[in-house]
Amino acid sequence: MAAAGVARAPAACSSAALNKSFRKEARAQSRVHCPFVQSKSSPLRHGGFRSEMLGNGLAAMQAQTRPVERPAVRAAGIRAVAEVVDRPSTQESPVDKQEGLMLYEDMVLGRTFEDMCAQMYYRGKMFGFVHLYNGQEAVSTGFIKYLRQDDYVCSTYRDHVHAVSKGVPSRQIMAELFGKSTGCCRGQGGSMHLFSKEWNMLGGFAFIAEGIPVATGAAFQTKYRKEAMGDETADQVTIAFFGDGTTNNGSFYECLNMAALWKLPILFVVENNLWAIGMNHYRATSVPEIWKKGEPFGMPGIHVDGMDVLKVREVAKEAIARARRGDGPTLVECETYRFRGHSLADPDELRDPEEKAKYAKRDPIKQLKNHMLEHGLAKEDDFVAIDKKIEEVIDEAVEFAEASPHPERTQLLQNVFPDPKGFGIGPDGEYRYKDPSFTAGTAAV
Amino acid sequence: MQALRRSLHSSLLRQADISGKGAPAIGAAWSSLRKYASTPADTKMTVREGLNSALDEEMAYDDKVFIIGEEVGEYQGAYKITKGLLQKYGPERVRDTPITEAGFTGLGVGAAFYGLKPIVEFMTFNFAMQAIDHIINSAAKSHYMSGGQLTVPIVFRGPNGAAAGVAAQHSQCFAAWYGSCPGLKVLAPYSVEDARGLMKAAIRDPDPVVFLENEIMYGESFAVSKEVLDPNFLLPIGKAKIEREGSDVTLVSFSKMVGFCLKAAEELEKEGISAEVINLRSIRPLDRETINKSVRKTSRLVAVEEGWPQHGVASEVIASVTEDSFEYLDAAPERITGADVPMPYAANLEKMAVPQIPDIIRAVKRVCYREVPQQKAA
Repeated sequence: MAAAGVARAPAACSSAALNKSFRKEARAQSRVHCPFVQSKSSPLRHGGFRSEMLGNGLAAMQAQTRPVERPAVRAAGIRAVAEVVDRPSTQESPVDKQEGLMLYEDMVLGRTFEDMCAQMYYRGKMFGFVHLYNGQEAVSTGFIKYLRQDDYVCSTYRDHVHAVSKGVPSRQIMAELFGKSTGCCRGQGGSMHLFSKEWNMLGGFAFIAEGIPVATGAAFQTKYRKEAMGDETADQVTIAFFGDGTTNNGSFYECLNMAALWKLPILFVVENNLWAIGMNHYRATSVPEIWKKGEPFGMPGIHVDGMDVLKVREVAKEAIARARRGDGPTLVECETYRFRGHSLADPDELRDPEEKAKYAKRDPIKQLKNHMLEHGLAKEDDFVAIDKKIEEVIDEAVEFAEASPHPERTQLLQNVFPDPKGFGIGPDGEYRYKDPSFTAGTAAV
Repeated sequence: MQALRRSLHSSLLRQADISGKGAPAIGAAWSSLRKYASTPADTKMTVREGLNSALDEEMAYDDKVFIIGEEVGEYQGAYKITKGLLQKYGPERVRDTPITEAGFTGLGVGAAFYGLKPIVEFMTFNFAMQAIDHIINSAAKSHYMSGGQLTVPIVFRGPNGAAAGVAAQHSQCFAAWYGSCPGLKVLAPYSVEDARGLMKAAIRDPDPVVFLENEIMYGESFAVSKEVLDPNFLLPIGKAKIEREGSDVTLVSFSKMVGFCLKAAEELEKEGISAEVINLRSIRPLDRETINKSVRKTSRLVAVEEGWPQHGVASEVIASVTEDSFEYLDAAPERITGADVPMPYAANLEKMAVPQIPDIIRAVKRVCYREVPQQKAA
């Protein structure tokens, strides 16, 4: 496991540099033995090997699939994104006061929201499976705060804070968790299935790796609209958030392949918190460095300290810009940690208390606050004011959720089909949905 | 009391001699007795303990049996069904996997082709949808496709159906889907007796078995007799059990709904209706004989299940009765099923989306032509 604060790994910061590096590699390898070529007179020998990788599909494929050792040096243009050491106070901060406080507020909103969820769960207002995001706020804030409202986010069951950062009002999410009809999904989805058309939050999926193909599809439709339908304004970026356990699932690799193949505007963000319920990442994975899995599929793989929102933000800026330009996907592994168990029902017995303490010291909210205080960007009062404001927001959200009505009984059969003819024809020969007792919930189901 | 224990002990020993590897099996059954018995008559056990003891005994009996799945080892099982097994049998036989349903299910099938006996645990059967290709195409069909050469003595187990407040993607009932596939055996226990007997039968069976448990039932306690605690206690696959004798109406269901039917039957008794409750135990093969024999006695049928109505297990039960016992029916058969919607999250909607005891009672009254107007769904 990387030591605290280390962000290893090269990161491609510009497409020109990346392409140059691949071309250089391809050229270097063309002089090495190629297993596909049987004889000097083979047609495969003609042309291709020394030409531009991008211009010659066959050579490009051969260059990529040749089973020889790649040169140890990645070509110029790739540099590490983050420094290991803390920035000394003489060095300039990458954020100003306004930006910094905005980031702080968003992380505190996420943290306070999750803490309130835990309280409400133990009071019986929330039920089922609730998975909390405490400790990972830097990843959500760092990435999502660079997105526009019309960009897409797709997540897992640990999706409350992604929805909150994306802009879905806390009161709507809280009402959803309480199972009330004013929730963002009318109380029908629940904690694990938060969707918002207005804020382009695409869920909320319970199955591991289920959200990744969906996110890939959202990126696909952006590209499709641009190329097949000629819509020049289609430049939305999609971010897929998922965990370390997901990177052992087949769907993940299928989507890396397709996204790179078709150069989709997507970011694959791995929230590596080392644990999949009780399964440690190192027990489950043959090659634990997830960032390495970008390169075999033809996209940059970046490793960043996910407990530091400023570092995450730097990576996010580059990767989102890359996607928006049309240069394709990026895989970002964020080293992070969840302070609570997998869910509120998880006894969390397997994790070492020392490990938890180590990461608790790297609490992203405290880190940002200290950074801003050190650089004189804000005073203690500013933070206290924000904390207070967020507390009020969350309290109001809870009040709203409490006061909201439970769904009506008629809601049971709603929203199954956009075209209600899907319920078929009733015994009277008419479509069922036309029968008033069907929608009134009095028909036998 | 002591005499009773001694005789039980010696009978267990005799069983052990037959199997040749009985010592740990005795230990397992014995320790479970010691924990709960004051006298064997009121030994109580939860379904969870029943499953755990069955797995324990079968792993002791045959070292080709291994368990593979997510969180089965160090976490002691996502629902604690495999508690203590890692400590007892080691990490080779109780194997934690990465989150790779399709991969490890296929791996289990391949291992079974060559004589091992995997027990593949799915955290819930919803997640088995990522692996259903292997359950159907690799496991169920292989014996047929290979002309009888390959057998797949594998068990796929995990909780099935609705739990509490876990929303649409965690609450589906898969009994009908797996029950329609030839080449699979599909079992659904209700009580501890079912859990132990059917699990052991499934593990010793040479065919692929889909074992549909229920998360809510895991914590339910049942009194068990000493026969049930015997390490060689097996139940026949394909036989339903009549949980309660009756004469006026037949209630057919499986898993958690059996409990609901039994409670409904108690209520109906007070109103003078005697209901016979059948616990299917086996979805495939379906025990058509027991169902039809019962309907020929009572002339009325209500089939109850938690899953969706269309193409459900209840539909199959009604079809079989209509085919075989049509002349005996005095009223049209009814089915009480879950609502035809994905499971909603909101608590009040969820309650409406699954059958409740009043629904069963109303259906029974309708088939008995009692004056009950068609009422609301819940």
